Amino acid sequence: MEKQAIIADKLVYAYPGQDEQDSQVVFEGLDLAIAQGSFVAILGHNGCGKSTLAKHFNAILLPQGGSVTVYGMDTRDENLLLEIRRSVGMVFQNPDNQIVSNVVEEDVAFAPENLGVPSDEIRRRVDEALRLVGMYDYREHAPHLLSGGQKQRIAIAGVIAMRPRCIVLDEPTAMLDPQGRREVLATVTKLNREAGITVVLITHHMSEAALAQRVIAMSDGRIVADGTPKEVFTQVELLRSVGLTVPETTQLIYELDREGCGLPLDALSVEECAQALRRYLAEV
Amino acid sequence: MAPILEIRSLSHVYSTGTPFEHEALKDVSFSVERGEFIGMIGHTGSGKSTLIQHLNGLLKPTSGSVLFHGEDIWRDVKFTRSIRFKVGLVFQYPEYQLFEETVYRDIAFGPKNMGLTEREIDERVHRAAGFVGIEEENLQKSPFDLSGGQKRRVAIAGVIAMEPEVLILDEPTAGLDPAGRESILQNIRDYQASQHAAVVMVSHSMEEIASNVDRLIVLADGTVAMTGKPSEVFSRAQELIEIGLDVPEITRVFLRLRELGVPVDSSVFTVEQAKDAILRLKRGGAPRA
Repeated sequence: MEKQAIIADKLVYAYPGQDEQDSQVVFEGLDLAIAQGSFVAILGHNGCGKSTLAKHFNAILLPQGGSVTVYGMDTRDENLLLEIRRSVGMVFQNPDNQIVSNVVEEDVAFAPENLGVPSDEIRRRVDEALRLVGMYDYREHAPHLLSGGQKQRIAIAGVIAMRPRCIVLDEPTAMLDPQGRREVLATVTKLNREAGITVVLITHHMSEAALAQRVIAMSDGRIVADGTPKEVFTQVELLRSVGLTVPETTQLIYELDREGCGLPLDALSVEECAQALRRYLAEV
Repeated sequence: MAPILEIRSLSHVYSTGTPFEHEALKDVSFSVERGEFIGMIGHTGSGKSTLIQHLNGLLKPTSGSVLFHGEDIWRDVKFTRSIRFKVGLVFQYPEYQLFEETVYRDIAFGPKNMGLTEREIDERVHRAAGFVGIEEENLQKSPFDLSGGQKRRVAIAGVIAMEPEVLILDEPTAGLDPAGRESILQNIRDYQASQHAAVVMVSHSMEEIASNVDRLIVLADGTVAMTGKPSEVFSRAQELIEIGLDVPEITRVFLRLRELGVPVDSSVFTVEQAKDAILRLKRGGAPRA
């Protein structure tokens, strides 16, 4: 059996309200396993529970029922908290809220310093993390003068310097321009492929989710679709019914098929879509 | 007829005379016509935010001018102040600027400052709430009890309630899910149509820009790099990518099709246009690829 990085078993969670009736139920028995070394994208409408789920992955939130196990560690075990946080790093939407230092390399060193890592080891890790995100040349720069995409890559490097086995990114590109978005996505893909880090990417952008090996679509605290990008994005009506959409490539083919064109709905990438259209147009 | 807004050779320099002196905008000129939906795109630091803050007099040009119906908005203090009501600016993540005890009072804040009567204020609050789909029963709630998407609607309603002739929005859909994005865009289009207002929208989503705007202004390093209809701008894919931007995914499919030798029009930028183009080609006889 594949080794699992994270397992949610019959997870129950509700945000407490002012009184009992006021509490807001998010999960009523959610089951989910994320394999070690995989790249998983999680999609869902605002308020569907994506971020709440992510916060269970490194014990920011704890299950009220069922359990969450991270690399074999139960997140409710307080003695394991430090080890859990070291194993699963988080990156959030706004890079400006995640940067603490005036110099790039000091910022990246912040977490390992707090973990009590020896200083020559910190030096090694900081250099390695900055190279991995392509920001080594900026190590002596001031973070506030960098672009959004560069700042977000610094935030990712800060997490990488802890040597986590898994990195959870909660809408890391929401505030970035197209160039910044390309940089961050290329970095995340590289972390997964080259460094073997498990990646969980929460996003509202369907074209970003299409880069993952596995896509999970959520609605109201439940998983409504789970599979490869092709398997999930071909369920156009289902996704639309839960307030989501599909990449423009799939949208086009879906619309053409409704006109009776008979094109393959799983031609997801720009290349596949263009090739499918070329073949279709060449048919006599 | 004169345009509502006219920007003439506008330049803006931050921190003049210090080591941090930085020319954020250089010789920018364009105009905004009544009823027009303008999209503004540009990389981080290209000057978009600096530029939109000039349009309602929050920033004063270092040189050049901003004209409202032909009159310089910096003509006198009173006129400058009146511009803030006529050119409404919705900042990025405006929900963080809500502050009143109730949704109603938050939306009423702008109209109150305009010195309108209680009755007019009341009418405007209801009308603005209607545009953004805030229900009557939510008006007496605290804005802080609403969801993120609802809060953003309240913040937009607060600007719409001033019934500006030009509505400027800085990334109004950032962080929203697809259904939330489409619904806010619909609200903006409804306001534009009913008031025959002009809209200027800043966005990082090329798909969103492609399917909503009549005209695009592309900023790069503080200058206007391109301007034109979406079909004109998005046909210059390579240049856009070089200045840190992109083209809609569907445009990339069509550019690839052309590379593959299929005689499609590469100025396609929405799924609807793409579908029509493919069907037209197919029905008009297949090209021998």
